[in-house]
Amino acid sequence: MSDRVTTNEQFANPELAAVRIAEDSGDLSRSDVLLKGALAAGAVYGTLAVGPFVRKALAMTGSSDVDILNFALTLEYLESKFYEEAKSRAKASGELKSLVNLLASDEKQHVEALTATIKQLGGKPVAEPKFDFPYSGTSGFLKLAQTFEDTGVSAYNGAAPMIKSKEVLAAAGGIVQVEARHAAAIRLQNSEEPAPAAFDTPLDEKQVLKAVEPFLA
Amino acid sequence: MADIKQLAGPQSRRKFLAVGGGSTALAAFLAACGSDSDSSSTGTTAMSSGGGKSETAEFGKGDIGILNYALTLEYLETAFYADVVKSGLFKGADLETIRKFGSEEAEHVQALTQAVKSLGGKPAPEPKAEFPLKSAKSVLELAGTVENLGAAAYLGQAANIESPEVLASALAIHSVEGRHAAALNTLLGETITPDGAFAKPADVKTVLKSVEPFIVG
Repeated sequence: MSDRVTTNEQFANPELAAVRIAEDSGDLSRSDVLLKGALAAGAVYGTLAVGPFVRKALAMTGSSDVDILNFALTLEYLESKFYEEAKSRAKASGELKSLVNLLASDEKQHVEALTATIKQLGGKPVAEPKFDFPYSGTSGFLKLAQTFEDTGVSAYNGAAPMIKSKEVLAAAGGIVQVEARHAAAIRLQNSEEPAPAAFDTPLDEKQVLKAVEPFLA
Repeated sequence: MADIKQLAGPQSRRKFLAVGGGSTALAAFLAACGSDSDSSSTGTTAMSSGGGKSETAEFGKGDIGILNYALTLEYLETAFYADVVKSGLFKGADLETIRKFGSEEAEHVQALTQAVKSLGGKPAPEPKAEFPLKSAKSVLELAGTVENLGAAAYLGQAANIESPEVLASALAIHSVEGRHAAALNTLLGETITPDGAFAKPADVKTVLKSVEPFIVG
């Protein structure tokens, strides 16, 4: 435990580490107590890892479950399309090829499950956007895959606390854990730490959309 | 990490990880998208907060109980990795990975302890634990078991958490446990997603029964 890494580069989104809860205007009431605890823990470890995610996770207040699921569906469309394409584009072989196939299958199942759930809740699933993934070769693929998976984890972690239905929340939890597993596997392929920080920081919807915007055709 | 991979055959035995069941919520979710759901659903995980005694009552009331349950598991994980580091069974990159995971578990302990205190609760005591550390391979298998179980334990509680802030914290840890599990599964030559595209939760009883053999007082 002596060589703990606590630099801000460890975050999926470095700017997040700079977010200071104390500077945000306070509509947090009940959460103040916990925020203080979280910040205290962060202070002990020289990192704000615990702090920002609570604030970010509260940013989607007001969204309906259908809104949140449609947001997740958009991301799953992106990942699904990305891996489907990668089967022929990423020039993967051996172990990586199996991984690409696995990820393509998982993301496709997420798309199907989210679509069905949105309909079940009486909502209308968003249409699949058109995507354009600017990469070439295996290393380009892996780099982008890491961004998408890490962003996916942070997106679910940011949105999930706003989900009202316990069933939907449990299901989203089952998906985000799989996204985290994907992220770790892809990171290992990139010779990077599978779990770079002790806490996966959340991103709010705006940040996520900003992150994926470049890939919308 | 290559040497770990060679040590670990694909025929690993999963004695402890009998995470059966799956929540009714997830089953319903899966049924909605036409997949096979686990028929032997024990169904206590996601929906138990509604009346009756909570699953984590022995650890405290409400969110405090859930946080203390998680804290107990994080204590065990932290102790396990510390023992593994001391055992001398690993070196080089493998040792660094184990050290890193251990330090992240220690951060989880800190954060959960703070969170319990912030909610006015008394943090659960650190259990005394002993782990069988016979060979690098058996240790890795145990690590994989513990991490997969840990991830499933968090998932099992997510929908029971009342406070969105506590939920955000738990989710930020949950996905890191998922990352650890996937990394260890990769090292063991096993699939990163043993439950398929949707991770399954584990209920408290299952989890406690699984870790019981390691608690000595």
